[in-house]
Amino acid sequence: MHTSAHTSYDVSRRSFLKTCTALTAFMGLPHSMLGKVVEVLESNAKLPVIWLHFQECTGCSESLLRSSHPTLSSLILDKISLDYHETLMAGSGEQAEKAMRDSIASNKGKYVLVVEGAIPTAQNGIFCKVGGKTALESLTAAAEGAFAIIGIGTCAAYGGVQSVAPNPTGAVGVRDLIKNKPIVNIPGCPPNPYSFLSTLTYYLTLKRLPELDSLGRPLFAYGRRIHEHCERRPHFDAGRFAKAYGDEGHALGYCLYQLGCKGPATYANCPVQRFNDVGAWPVSIGHPCIGCTEPDILFKTTIAEKVQIHDPTPFDSYAPVDIGKKGKGADPVTTGVVGAAAGAALTAAALMVKKLPGSSQEKKEKQDDGTAAK
Amino acid sequence: MERQQSRRGFLKTVGVGAGALVVAPVAQASSEAAPHLNDEEIGMLYDATKCVGCKACMSACKRENNEKGNLECERGAFDKNETPLWDAPNDLSGNNRTVIKLYKEAGHPWSYVKFSCMHCQNPACVSVCPVSALTKDKQTGVVSYNKNACVGCRYCQLACPFNIPKFQWDRAIPQIVKCNFCKETYLKKKGISACADACPTGAILFGKRKDLLQEAHGRLAAHPDKYQPTIYGENEVGGVNHLYLAGVPFAKLGLPALPEAAPPQFSEKIMHTIYKGFVAPVALYATLCLIALRNLKRDKASPHPIEKGDE
Amino acid sequence: MHHHEFEKQEGNILTRSFFVLLALVMIGACLVVIRFAKGVGAITNMSDGYPWGLWLSYDVAVGSAMACGGYAMGFLIYIRNRMRYHPMIRSCLLTSMFGYALAGLSVMIDIGRPWNAYNFFVPSRWQINSVMFEVAMCIMGYTVVLIIEFMPAVLYSLETSKWRRLREFADSLPPFLAPDKVKMEAHIQRVSNTAGLIRPILEKALVFFIALGVTLPTMHQSSLGSLLLIAVTKLHPLWHTGFLPLLFLINCIYLGYAMVVFESIFSSHAYKRPYEIRELSGVGSIIPWLTALWLAVTFGDLAYRHQLAAAFCLDFYSCVFLVNVALLVAGSLILVGAKNRKSPRRLFAAAVLIILGGGLYRMCVYLIGFNPGAGWRYFPSVSEVMVSVSIVAFEILAYQVLIKLVPVLPRVGLHDPETLGTNKPKQTVTA
Repeated sequence: MHTSAHTSYDVSRRSFLKTCTALTAFMGLPHSMLGKVVEVLESNAKLPVIWLHFQECTGCSESLLRSSHPTLSSLILDKISLDYHETLMAGSGEQAEKAMRDSIASNKGKYVLVVEGAIPTAQNGIFCKVGGKTALESLTAAAEGAFAIIGIGTCAAYGGVQSVAPNPTGAVGVRDLIKNKPIVNIPGCPPNPYSFLSTLTYYLTLKRLPELDSLGRPLFAYGRRIHEHCERRPHFDAGRFAKAYGDEGHALGYCLYQLGCKGPATYANCPVQRFNDVGAWPVSIGHPCIGCTEPDILFKTTIAEKVQIHDPTPFDSYAPVDIGKKGKGADPVTTGVVGAAAGAALTAAALMVKKLPGSSQEKKEKQDDGTAAK
Repeated sequence: MERQQSRRGFLKTVGVGAGALVVAPVAQASSEAAPHLNDEEIGMLYDATKCVGCKACMSACKRENNEKGNLECERGAFDKNETPLWDAPNDLSGNNRTVIKLYKEAGHPWSYVKFSCMHCQNPACVSVCPVSALTKDKQTGVVSYNKNACVGCRYCQLACPFNIPKFQWDRAIPQIVKCNFCKETYLKKKGISACADACPTGAILFGKRKDLLQEAHGRLAAHPDKYQPTIYGENEVGGVNHLYLAGVPFAKLGLPALPEAAPPQFSEKIMHTIYKGFVAPVALYATLCLIALRNLKRDKASPHPIEKGDE
Repeated sequence: MHHHEFEKQEGNILTRSFFVLLALVMIGACLVVIRFAKGVGAITNMSDGYPWGLWLSYDVAVGSAMACGGYAMGFLIYIRNRMRYHPMIRSCLLTSMFGYALAGLSVMIDIGRPWNAYNFFVPSRWQINSVMFEVAMCIMGYTVVLIIEFMPAVLYSLETSKWRRLREFADSLPPFLAPDKVKMEAHIQRVSNTAGLIRPILEKALVFFIALGVTLPTMHQSSLGSLLLIAVTKLHPLWHTGFLPLLFLINCIYLGYAMVVFESIFSSHAYKRPYEIRELSGVGSIIPWLTALWLAVTFGDLAYRHQLAAAFCLDFYSCVFLVNVALLVAGSLILVGAKNRKSPRRLFAAAVLIILGGGLYRMCVYLIGFNPGAGWRYFPSVSEVMVSVSIVAFEILAYQVLIKLVPVLPRVGLHDPETLGTNKPKQTVTA
């Protein structure tokens, strides 16, 4: 079924279906749900989205723009009505602010609030003001009518670089301020745009938010550590490490753990999804993971610092302490043969005992009789 | 009558003598004071809580011990550079001198553990080797193997309470294989073993036993909740130079609970008492010669009739 | 030298049992070739947890104890001066000689680097703390002593033999292979003369070798037990004790006597000779004293170490231990009765029980009671058992051949009234 939406963008049906399949997989949904995903992406329904920027570098928005050929990205963004986005919207000034207020009012309870950047709280939050309102005020006002809040980027999720000690602006993430709304965090610096896009698609498809971990991150994107699905993991397991940038090990693509890779402690999907649609991610080009999706790693530890590997689920192909039976034991054939041999020997001895004379008297009698002692 | 007296007397003497010879060392063996520990010997401290299971130590060990004659690593027939292949061992073996194992049990914290020769203070393997193929270096305390002396009797395998020495069962020209702290190679060049050098997290520390013990006790004092309260190897079988710290019980890691007395103490005490100065065997031989000669003389003097009846 | 007390066994060498035993020996030989070509693990089930398997525990430990007939009888005859047992000494010596030589052969097959065995003779390599060093040196020395002790019989045979078989064989060869008759006779004469020269010299010095032949086994048989002293954590407490050397020593002596009884009756039955009841009754009477002493030490030690409960708890180890004790007690009780000791059947049965019990004890210490830790297991492979069987077959085979070539067995009729009380040899009676 061809709708005007995608034919006008010169996307072939085949391409479209491929994207839907990839998205379905990315969300961790079973293949049987593909039909539903296609239906959603083909329809013309639009989800209102208010996108606020606070203490941020706009990298997350930029990452979104790098997500693919502009056609596909637009295709998905066509499913939402981006009513307010300071970087992307055409309007500005009072006109833009009014559009936001109107959208919030008319879509009350039905829109998604996306927050990019941290919110300063020191001195009543005066360190970030947009349109005369502090970030704190804007957030509170916008959050009230949203049915869900998506904190995109590490700054919105945990506070980001500005929240590093001594944190003069009192920067915090959304979760520290809004307590009464479901919050989905898409951390990363910047996060993989598909994590965000798939969260939206998930909601559109299933009309609910995806399963989240304890930090509010969708499990389909943040459920596994980099270390567990990194392509250089075999080098780690075999003890092959790059010891310095540019050394032989580095050139051969060895594990970057000794250069400070935070992969073992970082939950993200970078080795799988990769970036810029060219299959590149930091480790693949020789830079250790900096743990940008974790609240306690990025900017809180140095890049070169080696991370402790605390948690369960190490690679399963280690030799277990108890390797079961060692050495060669009895098997039916051997036991049989040995048993038979022992039995034969004992029987022979018993027969011999029988054959022998009971006393030397007996023997003499037998001899006299001329019978052989057999 | 005379014969009976001499027999009784004979039996008494032999009995008392033999009894004394045998009971005394047995009684003494248990009460012997522990020999002095030498904390200047070099050792290895393995902290399981710091180990990340990277197995760099296993790789380094294989590279170091890759002598052509020993063929510790498998080689691909196709490989002109003779780069060893990885044989993914799951235990120490005739090809493998150290191994990282994983203890993982549902509901319990997991831990890695490194196995290699314990380099005991009073090694049972050294005590039992008849041809001095296993020797303990006087200064460094490293227990090492000399294949030119070894006859392959495998007594060392029987003696070792940790089951460390491994034998190359599948070779026509087999050797006993175990860690020797890179004595002839890495240790000579860099003063440290290859595995300790390769460890990225500092889980393997190398140095004098006294320094290692100090460090280990320091860690126990600083983080008592992180570790088991004892250092494995400090007192086991008379003290060993390969020490362990771990966060889970040592028994779960396959490190057996062992008595504090070193096995050679027990066996050597008994043997030395019986054979000290070779006095007993010589005395026995001399006595037997005397008796036999006397019997021969008696025999010649009065030809021995073949007796009737029992004694 | 009492040569008149012994006689050659008449009969063909190439009998049916000869060929059966030869076949078994050949099988073993093939397996041994494979062992040297492909490594010890190729034909055995030994592993790093069980480095000593059937070969060392049976062929060496039990086998050498079964070969202690020479030792036990030597002590009885030359030290306790019971010369009436003297006629038995050569067959005991022969058994012992083969037993020890083949135990040594088992060791050469078992150890991994036998070409380095010369290190035992290099003083700088001697490690005198090692029990194995003592065992190895003593056993090597004792085997030599046994051969020397057996030499008088061989020399006597060379000296006085009519060389009938050799002459018959030479005659039977086709002309192009047959040796020059004159030269052959000259050689034979030379050999006989040389033997005649050496023998008296040897016999004069023999007593010193005999004394050595009692000293050395005392040392190494007890040390065979001491070998396991080091296995503090691996040998079950029922068997690991400081008394291992003493227990092994007593064990080898009663095993030696029991083997003497066993072999004598077996030979008499097989070669249709009269049973040496008088001697065997005497030997058999000693055994219960020794087993009683052994049991006293065993149980006394168990009590002292608080292990009596373990002995009776009826787990696997306890059951094996109790079977062991039962075998020894059963055999000893039979031998206590004087009437039993006059019956070949009961003597034989008792001897078998003692041998089984005594042998089982050594297997327990070396193998059955040995547990190196979790997961390790061992059971001999078929090839391993075959090699042991072929070694025993070789021993029997060589015994059968040698008693027909050399006067070893006691002369029949030594106890006949007409010769009793004198040293006059009876006319040889062909069976």
